[in-house]
Amino acid sequence: MNIRKNIAISESGFIFNPLTGDSFSVNETGLFVLRKLKAEENEETILKAFQEEFELDRNTAEIDLNDFLSMLKSYQLTAYEEA
Amino acid sequence: MKRRKITVGVTGLNNIDSPGPGIPVIRALKESREFDVRIIGLSYETLEPGIYMQELVDKVYQLPLPTAGTTVLKERLQYIHEAEKPDVIIPNFDAELHNFIKISQWMQEELNMATFLPSRDAFEERQKAELNKFGEKYGVRVPASHMISQVQGLKKLEEEIDYPMVIKGRYYDAYIVSSLEQASSYFYKIVAKWGYPVIVQEFVNGTDVNVTALGNGKGTCIGAVPMRKLYITDKGKAWSGISLEDDKLMEISRNIIEKSQWRGGCELEFIKTRKEEYYLIEMNPRFPAWVYLANGCGQNHAEALVKMALGEEVKPFTQYRSGKMFIRYSYDMIVDISEFEKISTAGEK
Repeated sequence: MNIRKNIAISESGFIFNPLTGDSFSVNETGLFVLRKLKAEENEETILKAFQEEFELDRNTAEIDLNDFLSMLKSYQLTAYEEA
Repeated sequence: MKRRKITVGVTGLNNIDSPGPGIPVIRALKESREFDVRIIGLSYETLEPGIYMQELVDKVYQLPLPTAGTTVLKERLQYIHEAEKPDVIIPNFDAELHNFIKISQWMQEELNMATFLPSRDAFEERQKAELNKFGEKYGVRVPASHMISQVQGLKKLEEEIDYPMVIKGRYYDAYIVSSLEQASSYFYKIVAKWGYPVIVQEFVNGTDVNVTALGNGKGTCIGAVPMRKLYITDKGKAWSGISLEDDKLMEISRNIIEKSQWRGGCELEFIKTRKEEYYLIEMNPRFPAWVYLANGCGQNHAEALVKMALGEEVKPFTQYRSGKMFIRYSYDMIVDISEFEKISTAGEK
């Protein structure tokens, strides 16, 4: 999954989508995932990094990550071909 | 750089909850790097707030209402010309444009007052009632629209358009209705305010996205900035909004301005659906009240319009900043009764 290229992500976790004008706030966990997505890392790499960073078992990490990714998709933050 | 002194007359000083574009246009002109602008406010009613904004408006004259026709308007402009010698006039109301377009050549030749207005044909073809044809001609999606002059027309349209539908006035006002009763009630409300015909439009579900744009009348779009409304008043007006970065929307907008050879400022109102389809719901023939946002994004459309009105070449803006917001506020001015007296009795102040 790729997030839209022009999405702006601030240090504090404030997200601005210039295509729709929507803005969001994400917590530290969300910011971690978004930065990885922005760096175009694949989902498997992100999952591993996510698991390690927050000391999670694989199952919990997978559920939380998928949940977050579907949320990004529903808010049109992902690239169009993925939406 | 030394700024050139010019005098510009501006209408639309009604900076109220359903605001005219006059004050935003004036603010943009006052921030011009090329012009040192003296502003002549042109008003229709005595309580238009812009009349009393002395830091923005240097002198005010009342104009006859558009229904009075062009002869009276010419006389008034002649009087204003003798007193102020305005270089450019920027009309900002839909309802007055017809008269100004009609006399623009006379204004230029007799009074040396420049305008920068669309041709009569371009003005007419984007009328709300002509939207279907307009969409077809310029290859842009539009919702199905019908004009009716009798309330019975609503019943017939039920076979063609599903509820909810949109009931619109010729110049302003739009209401979303879900039943024949509601539609009839708004039909009469609109007729009382704006007269016939009433426009009945298919409702397109999606997000409102608007574009403020400027064309040079020769097929070039000089500037365009897209915006999404973030806070909408009960009158449907944007009380705050944010500039967007939307290539598809910009391409559609530029295409309309270029193909229609639009001359002057305008506002394109679209609905963007979930499928990322854009439906043009209106093209307003003047700057929108939020045009100052364009200035905030790096495109001073009012200044560019004045330059073109003066016959100067203007290169198209190539960029603007997205993520810039405008937030309106209301502000109470304290005005002495003598100020009100001047405009009420002498028609100028």
